[in-house]
Amino acid sequence: MKYINHESVASNTRTRLVKNTVLKGLFLAATLFGLIVLGILLYRVITQGSGYLSLDFFTSFASRIPEQAGIKSAILGSIYLMLVVAPVSMFLGIGTALYLEEYAKKNKWTEFIRINISNLAGVPSVVFGLLGLTIFVRYFGLGISILAAGLTMSLLILPVIIVASQEAVRAVPKEMREASYAMGATKWQTILRVVLPASIPGILTGSILALSRAIGETAPLVVIGIPTILMFTPDSVFSTFTALPMQIFDWTKRPQVEFHEVAAAGIIVLMTLLIIMNSIAVFIRNKYQKRY
Amino acid sequence: MLLISLCLWIKEDFTVSMKEPNTTLSVQELIAQKSNRGLLSAIEKIIPKLLLAIAAVSVLTTIGIMVTLIVETLVFFSRVSVLDYIFGTEWYPFANSTATYGVLPLIIGTLKITGIAIIVAVPIGIATAIYLSEYASERARKMIKPVLEVLAGVPTIVYGFFALTFVTPILRSIFPEVSIFNAISPGIVVGIMIIPMIASLSEDAMNSVPNSMREGAYALGSTKLEVALKIVLPAATSGIVASTVLAISRAIGETMIVAVAAGSTPRFDMDVTGSIQTMTAYIVQVATGDAGYGTTIYYSIYAVGFTLFLFTLVMNMLAQFISKRFREEY
Repeated sequence: MKYINHESVASNTRTRLVKNTVLKGLFLAATLFGLIVLGILLYRVITQGSGYLSLDFFTSFASRIPEQAGIKSAILGSIYLMLVVAPVSMFLGIGTALYLEEYAKKNKWTEFIRINISNLAGVPSVVFGLLGLTIFVRYFGLGISILAAGLTMSLLILPVIIVASQEAVRAVPKEMREASYAMGATKWQTILRVVLPASIPGILTGSILALSRAIGETAPLVVIGIPTILMFTPDSVFSTFTALPMQIFDWTKRPQVEFHEVAAAGIIVLMTLLIIMNSIAVFIRNKYQKRY
Repeated sequence: MLLISLCLWIKEDFTVSMKEPNTTLSVQELIAQKSNRGLLSAIEKIIPKLLLAIAAVSVLTTIGIMVTLIVETLVFFSRVSVLDYIFGTEWYPFANSTATYGVLPLIIGTLKITGIAIIVAVPIGIATAIYLSEYASERARKMIKPVLEVLAGVPTIVYGFFALTFVTPILRSIFPEVSIFNAISPGIVVGIMIIPMIASLSEDAMNSVPNSMREGAYALGSTKLEVALKIVLPAATSGIVASTVLAISRAIGETMIVAVAAGSTPRFDMDVTGSIQTMTAYIVQVATGDAGYGTTIYYSIYAVGFTLFLFTLVMNMLAQFISKRFREEY
């Protein structure tokens, strides 16, 4: 027994346990940091902006006088923008996912597409703005329109939708496909009537989350050059428009404190939209997604 | 789902066969009689090509970005010397007669923001990951993770607003020498923005460390802390480093927070308390200003955009390389 110094072992153990407890507290504090910041952020925005939230805020156009400023053209613009982005990005995203998961052979070309998609996901959104400005606005001559901005946004969120759709398609078990083939179905019939119906909840969830990113995205719109003060509502996809985050950006840049409060009111509307979209996504995931 | 779709399908075929005048035909004859066989096989041939064309859009997007940036940057370099751009320490594009285009001040600005963001985000992100993967109960994890997801989904313009109207005033009340536009406040907020990314990717890496390794350490009498720091952290290093590199790439490309809160003063020094300008903020400044199409200032945003693109591309490839090359398989 003399080889073990019990006192030093006991004190050593005590310090080790104390260290464990202290650092556990630190780790917990770090975890709570994010939650606290989110709480402060929401609290600040709500206290600053709620004074400007009224029915008039939704029905009036932007104005030089903070009390009369509203988001009518901005919120309609954002909705029209989503009406372009949703079908285009989902069509391209689901198509690409089906190709990669169902048809693509394992070769260099497929590997190239995969690497390309993951690199595309890392390109800053402001660079997508430069792409949209050059290709859609100027080269295709679409002008500063809903269509040009919508196509730019669609390409921006395309990688997210592709990856989400790929995961959803991959989760459909092989047995279901084989049962369909055994009934004499062709490959496309199997995809259309077995694979897609089974994977649509996952695809929808991923797509809605991607769209909620697009609705809050500002940088590409700034680079394309959409206006901030617009006294009319857009009437077609070719007309110019403004969007909610763009309007918030404009108000935030102004030096008057009143406009910061108007910006906060705009942020409340934007965040509410995001929360609604996220809730729909979570609802679809929980209600319709089956594990096979 | 399977049953429903199969039922629908059988029903369709059934109604088709009901229409057949003679129901005593054999199955082979029925199949032979189906008039849409040619159409079906045509569809089977066209669909893969159609889907391939759709998949090519993502490749075309990359090509479009590259071509756009390179072509317009070449126009810029026909007016401004490449060496002046890369090594120049003065960025005064708006000086009418003596405009200078040295990109280093913008790069320094971007690095200041990125550096501050990483100092904030890496310790907090990794600590969060350790807590979630090693200490938290299943219930706590289920409550905390969605909140982190929300934090990751907050639009960057909202973070910009937060930096300008909340973080900056606090900093100014503590350190009076900080000006309204500075590098610290947007740097901290960019850091907050990338915490969820580092936390969730690092936690994934830690979760993939097999439990047998943890249990081996516990059996030797380790505390949770010792398991976390001496077993899990080293085993998950490649994933953690990759997540950090990806987060750096995000911070470099972050636009709205710096455009709102960092100011528009390109400067070649180490000061973080005064107004600065990053590459992304310069692009926003020109885009919201009235620089006409075809001016050198107009082309300069492509040169800056191309520089930014190269920075993020290198970071993304580095992250992929690290997570592939150094991953330990258990």
